[in-house]
Amino acid sequence: MNLSLHSSPHMKTDNRVNRIMLAVIFALIPGILACIHFFGWGVLINISLAIITAMAAEALMLRLRKRPIKPFLLDGSALVTAILLGVAIPSLAPWWIPVLGAAFALIIAKHLYGGLGYNPFNPAMVGYAMLLIAFPREMTLWLTPELHDLTFLDNLRYTFLEQLPANWTLDGLTAATPLDAVKTQLAQNLTLTEIHQGSTELFGMISAHGWEWINLLFMLGGLVLIYMRVISWHIPLAMLTTLFLVSGLFHLNDPDAFTSPLFHLFSGATMLGAFFIATDPVTAAATNRGRIIFGIGIGLLLYIIRTWGGYPDAVAFAVLLMNMAVPTIDYYTRPRVFGESRD
Amino acid sequence: MKRRLWHFHGGLRLPGHKAESMQEPIQTATLPERLTIPLQQHIGEPAEPVVEVGQRVLKGQMLARASEYISVPVHASTSGTIAAIEDRPIPHPSGLQAPCIVLDSDGQDEWIEHAPINDYTELESSALRNVIREAGIVGLGGAGFPAFIKLNPGPRNVVDTLILNGAECEPYITCDAMLMQEQPRKIIDGLLIMKHALQARRCIIALEDNKRNAHTLLVNALHEHESEFIEIIQIPTIYPTGGEKQLIKVLTGKEVPSHGLPLDIHMVCHNVGTAAAIADAIHEGKPLITRYVTVTGDAIGQPCNLEVRIGTPFEALLEQCGWRDDRNDEIIMGGPLMGFTVDNPAVPVIKTTNCILSWPTTKEQQTPMPCIRCGECARVCPAQLLPQQLYWYARAKNFDRVQDFNLFDCIECGCCAYVCPSHIPLVQYYRFAKTEIWAQERDKKKADQARERHEFRQQRIERKKQEEEERKRRKKEMLKKSQGDETGGEDSKKAAIEAAMARAKARRGEKNSPSGDKEDA
Repeated sequence: MNLSLHSSPHMKTDNRVNRIMLAVIFALIPGILACIHFFGWGVLINISLAIITAMAAEALMLRLRKRPIKPFLLDGSALVTAILLGVAIPSLAPWWIPVLGAAFALIIAKHLYGGLGYNPFNPAMVGYAMLLIAFPREMTLWLTPELHDLTFLDNLRYTFLEQLPANWTLDGLTAATPLDAVKTQLAQNLTLTEIHQGSTELFGMISAHGWEWINLLFMLGGLVLIYMRVISWHIPLAMLTTLFLVSGLFHLNDPDAFTSPLFHLFSGATMLGAFFIATDPVTAAATNRGRIIFGIGIGLLLYIIRTWGGYPDAVAFAVLLMNMAVPTIDYYTRPRVFGESRD
Repeated sequence: MKRRLWHFHGGLRLPGHKAESMQEPIQTATLPERLTIPLQQHIGEPAEPVVEVGQRVLKGQMLARASEYISVPVHASTSGTIAAIEDRPIPHPSGLQAPCIVLDSDGQDEWIEHAPINDYTELESSALRNVIREAGIVGLGGAGFPAFIKLNPGPRNVVDTLILNGAECEPYITCDAMLMQEQPRKIIDGLLIMKHALQARRCIIALEDNKRNAHTLLVNALHEHESEFIEIIQIPTIYPTGGEKQLIKVLTGKEVPSHGLPLDIHMVCHNVGTAAAIADAIHEGKPLITRYVTVTGDAIGQPCNLEVRIGTPFEALLEQCGWRDDRNDEIIMGGPLMGFTVDNPAVPVIKTTNCILSWPTTKEQQTPMPCIRCGECARVCPAQLLPQQLYWYARAKNFDRVQDFNLFDCIECGCCAYVCPSHIPLVQYYRFAKTEIWAQERDKKKADQARERHEFRQQRIERKKQEEEERKRRKKEMLKKSQGDETGGEDSKKAAIEAAMARAKARRGEKNSPSGDKEDA
């Protein structure tokens, strides 16, 4: 008699890795729609190129590593990496930017470290950081929000042929991001009040024009993920609170030299970083106390790099730097085991 | 009265599936023709047979006696003839065979004379414990530790609280709930006996808030004068609240020390079924030969609870409950989270069989994905461990690190594996690591013994050598001495010769003066 034998437990949730990834992708949609609204079809083109490259790279690497292709290709993790990278790239980028970034993220940052679950650094952010360092010009050509009407075909032609419609120039279309603009002008010893008066088109209701909506919608998606228990609240809350408090402190001390906390919270990639990038389980701290430290670290580094560092936005670098600290954080934040004395 | 309760970390709210098997009152399982009674149904040493093949035995007669301290006897569950004493398949995760006594029933179910104890309060605690031991009672909650040992706090320990565990937290299992509904008085009687044996100050009967009927019936059964020191407490239904340590935490807020026992914080915890068995043993003189078993699951036509003789084959019960007898089904002894699959439906019910669960085998065994460190496992772990770290080190066979992360505090409740989105069989890795560590310790012990033996042998050889040398040295000395004696002997010879010569001279002198002789004469 041979009935089937296996180890307990004999009940399991129907939760799967691909469900988690799918939930993350759904939660990203409102923010992505806002990005498309403000920066045009290029966003969608970048995301699509990144996805195609990521899937191809994933399949290739799985094949080379002699791993089963189908379950890993369908786990959704490459998809999430590709989407996060695609969103982070300026919409008017040539085609090889998302392709190179996605290939680098998947091949170097993910599979060379052992694939899903083994990569110490967030692959999307590794890809982004590589692009930012290697191709600074392409990576800083952000369209001025809403102040253009490039059609889908116009955008497609630029992406693949780098040709703009007649009487459009790159300089006319693009502008520095608000974070960048404020930073450059502060460096020219202008006060914030002067900057506000000088470039009103940069600012919206509470923060930067356009960016505030994008951030709000990413935050909304992130809150849904917390509600669905796909991510825990620890990292986003710790990171955003730290950013708020530190920027608030400097702003209160000198409102003309340091931007307001709201400006920091709702511009750049703050919300995308807090809810979707820093919370990547593979590369974040695993214990709750560790997650809070991890989030505080990102918040601090984000402010430091934005204010005194070489890059206007710093989510990628803040996250990557804290990724490095994760093993140490995890080691020192082991919870007290049941029945162990409390001291 | 609202009582303050505490929480333990983590845990799961699981679908209960309890109602299915609680539709009908308890029935007695039909008497099978052949019973297989394993000699070891508990933690500890197996019992030693005291019957022979071919011998007729009566129901309740002792078949095998306790061999060591951590051991209890087993008894005949019905009257009949001993057919064999040999290795048979038993319900065990290993699937291995073990020595059993096979009993062919004669259908008469004839009891041996039993001697109830009229007033147990007159008995010494040790005598009381002995009666409980001789009745073959082990913990009926699942682990099967001999009950008499847990009723022996030792001379220096004071038992403050005796907790009766009616928290049957795993889904599907309902045998304790049914027992509390059907025999509330017997449970309280057993509790009073335990309280006497332990000299406990107060008692708690704890059960989850999904067992309302059992709660009402227990409260009704509790007499006024007893309610001063017995409390019946309802606790939230969260798995694994029935775990001893978790239950104590919920009831008292205290934590049993890591690697410690409830006794370390002056508490003792017993299962409600054990209490009922003790009441039977004392008040009726009956040994533990039957128990309540839940037979349930999707493959069972009429899920129910049965009073089953120890030794009854699983398949007899499954048939009685309308099992569809499909070989694609799996059979689990115990609950869906901590039970184990058996490969042979002929294995017998033993003292720790609380539930037999059968359902279709899940067709696609989902392939585990790599750990994505989501931390869900740590969120639900009731022992507050870091399951993903344990998994990591167990997989790497890093047995030192895995112990640093408190592997041995893992109670194998399965919460982590239940929630794991990568479907990693985490508990399997922990069992593997535990077994490996035990094996290593055994090997180390063996190696130590071998080394000791070797050293002892070396010492013995050395000693022999020394003794030999000593003996030789002595012999030499003796030889030397005797040679010395010989030289001394020459002197004495000389002296003797001289003396002899002197005597001869004297004699000659006598001859020369005969007159003297005559004078003498």
